[in-house]
Amino acid sequence: MAIKKPKIIVIGGGLGGLWATMRIAEAGNQVMLFSLFQVKRSHSACAQGGINACLDTKGQHDSVWQHVVDTIKGGAYLANQPPVKAMCEDAPGLIRTFDRMGVTWSRTPEGVMDLRLFGGVKNKRTCFAGATTGQQLLYTCDEQVRAHEERGLVKKYEFWEFLSLVKDGQGRCKGITALNLRTMEVEAFRADAVVIATGGLGLIYGKSTNSASCTGAAASRAYQQGAAFMNGEFIQFHPTGMPGDDKNRLMSEAARGEGGRIWVPRKQGDTSNPLTIPDDQRWYFLEEWYPAYGNTVPRDVAARAIWKVVRDMGMGIGGKDLVYLDLTHLSEEFLRRRLGGILEIYEKFAGDDPTKVPMKIFPAVHYSMGGIWVDWEKNETTGALKQPSPRNHQTSVPGLFSCGEADGTYHGANRLGANSLLSASYSGRVVGESVAAYVKGLKESVDTAPEDLYGNEKKRQESINKQIMSCSKGENPFLLHKELGDMMRDKVSIIRTNKQLDEALEKLKELKERASRMCLDDRHGWSNASLSYARQVQDMIVLGEDLPIPEGKFAGDPEFEAYRAKWKENNTKWLKTTLADHTPEGPKISYEDVDTSVLPVEEPRDYR
Amino acid sequence: MQEIHLKIQRQDGPDSGPYWDEFKIPYRPQHNVISVLMALREHPVNVKGERVAPVVYEVGCMEEVCGACTMIINGKVRQACSTLVDTLAQPIVLRPMTKFRVVRDLMVDRQPMFDALRKVRGWIDIDGGYDIHVHAPRISPKDWEKNYDFSRCMTCGCCMEVCPQVNTRSQFIGPAPVGQAWLFSNHPTGKYYKEERLHALMGPGGITDCGNAQNCVRICPKEIKLTDAIARIGRDATIQALKDLFLK
Repeated sequence: MAIKKPKIIVIGGGLGGLWATMRIAEAGNQVMLFSLFQVKRSHSACAQGGINACLDTKGQHDSVWQHVVDTIKGGAYLANQPPVKAMCEDAPGLIRTFDRMGVTWSRTPEGVMDLRLFGGVKNKRTCFAGATTGQQLLYTCDEQVRAHEERGLVKKYEFWEFLSLVKDGQGRCKGITALNLRTMEVEAFRADAVVIATGGLGLIYGKSTNSASCTGAAASRAYQQGAAFMNGEFIQFHPTGMPGDDKNRLMSEAARGEGGRIWVPRKQGDTSNPLTIPDDQRWYFLEEWYPAYGNTVPRDVAARAIWKVVRDMGMGIGGKDLVYLDLTHLSEEFLRRRLGGILEIYEKFAGDDPTKVPMKIFPAVHYSMGGIWVDWEKNETTGALKQPSPRNHQTSVPGLFSCGEADGTYHGANRLGANSLLSASYSGRVVGESVAAYVKGLKESVDTAPEDLYGNEKKRQESINKQIMSCSKGENPFLLHKELGDMMRDKVSIIRTNKQLDEALEKLKELKERASRMCLDDRHGWSNASLSYARQVQDMIVLGEDLPIPEGKFAGDPEFEAYRAKWKENNTKWLKTTLADHTPEGPKISYEDVDTSVLPVEEPRDYR
Repeated sequence: MQEIHLKIQRQDGPDSGPYWDEFKIPYRPQHNVISVLMALREHPVNVKGERVAPVVYEVGCMEEVCGACTMIINGKVRQACSTLVDTLAQPIVLRPMTKFRVVRDLMVDRQPMFDALRKVRGWIDIDGGYDIHVHAPRISPKDWEKNYDFSRCMTCGCCMEVCPQVNTRSQFIGPAPVGQAWLFSNHPTGKYYKEERLHALMGPGGITDCGNAQNCVRICPKEIKLTDAIARIGRDATIQALKDLFLK
């Protein structure tokens, strides 16, 4: 007999966590939703450009199959293919569901959803809501969860920080401990299942396009308690970031999709006004190197090309780490209508009007393709996923699930633009259904778990806090974080050598040791943001060790003939998922074959 | 300009009194108020040379879409992340918003705004989060434009801060939740529950408590036409009141 009134915890209230919450609540279960802040402020709000789904409403004969192919190839064949197939097949239905929830999708003159072009694809497949698609999707899910709150199915724990899992003698996840960010008290919570939907880890690089909360600390905590981490080496550098002091703000890929052109002056070190540089003195290097896709090549290809032009050839604007992203050839009316909010961000922070002056951009850390390893169950008939299945999105810790950017399922080595809102929403929906199926199969309620499991874990967490709070001399967490970020941006960047990666691992060891001696300027017992920060920095460093994977898969660059010649040979060796298991000495790395049952790996990625 | 001079109103907790702390940090071009606060927490030493606790504040996206870092900067309520230091007179004076309970320093508790969204039924009712193989009804580009204006509300609280009717002596729900109530009732299926939303705004603290100062529409960082929504809801509420009277 199924247990009565299962208790479920969802950690993180971005798109993934909210979708999970919705689907779990709709199955009649009670959800406790934990978040560092009001869930409406989650990082999903930052996604601007759109969400991919084959609606085929632009007379281009777009197909779901083409979405599958683009996503698999875009990820360099390094994602397991059945989940990718399932996601692309379900995407149009997901969009219809969002539409019913009231997302303010941009409209065509006849009042149906409009589509735009994004990178790595040839058809218009990206649904969008003005220039704030992520914000609109997030708010819509926030509203749906608010309705469930009103119905008494969801209880929010906002301004609470997840600290650790509570596991039973068999290693099953039976709850969590969390820190009340107001009272700074630790509490343990019982749960029959736990979902980690805590997003990305950009802050390990110090500056990125991510929000201040995207530290990866929650994923790191799960990893340190036994959840395997996959493909940590695959960090997406968004080609068009706006370098800044506090963060690198994002110039959406929509700017390229709507016709933006990337160029540098042909004259090295040229600092003259870009508007006075004639067309024949401008080098549109993406258009020259990739005539088939031009400026809309995928992000990794664009980022590597910019890196090559700037760092290897020394052709950056005025010799700096900058290239132009130019929209000035397009009409102001068109740009305001299609890219309004996106351009405002540039205007607001850089002070220039991008309809009049070319923007200055450079690649920035943006998205983690890797993440917590999760299981999936294949549907042998369709070749996609069996749904629902309690195996889908369950981590290597039984009873612990993960979705969204926190897990590493859908994007292989590189994520296509507008596929992140899709994978966050889709995996949230899937995990919600998996959890509902999982708790249905449980024989024993968590209420029967022994109390000392919770008491002991709570004490362990309290002692970590106490140690940090009582230290009188040691490391400043803010400065230590800066050091971590500077090192990661230097050594684990767009182009990496094994020597750099070894140096990074050495430095991480040193930082880890120093981070055990954190010392705070803030001694208050109320709303102490420094304590939470210090603990996040400790866990960022540990997860950071999963990123510089030495040797192998990362070296591949499809733009070189030599790479093409060796492609097949490399595949036998590197068509693998990297797995990291935590040990006190550092990650234990192993490799697992990729499921390529949907699209045979015969053609290398080629965007020329 | 060699230094950035900051004057910050601080408070250790909801029940303790406010006090001022002053800081000077080296000038850097392109600084915004959040990047200044981030630099400050690395060396939190005030002008008296005392090492103090870093200033507590809320921060999220740092690109003005999440609403977290709202505070009063040189007398004007706005997002700290999009306020460039070069545009500000010095000393830069930072204060927490006054219409919400202070949690600590510049961090306030905006939960009442989220509670208000529950009160006005701030969502579209659907059968469930699964595909029913049809889209929502079509929406004209003109309606889309109006709706999209309101759907960008990030619950930052600027409109609450400047509204004279939002205060401890009044129950007024505030401009933002009224805007959201209008948004959901202007959706082709959301309008099925228009009556419930109007009723939520017809009692004490509802639409009639608006004093028409129009400060909200002037301060909104997203330039949402809040007063349009207030006017429309006001009109609809009057009609609803008559219906309630005669058609029951």
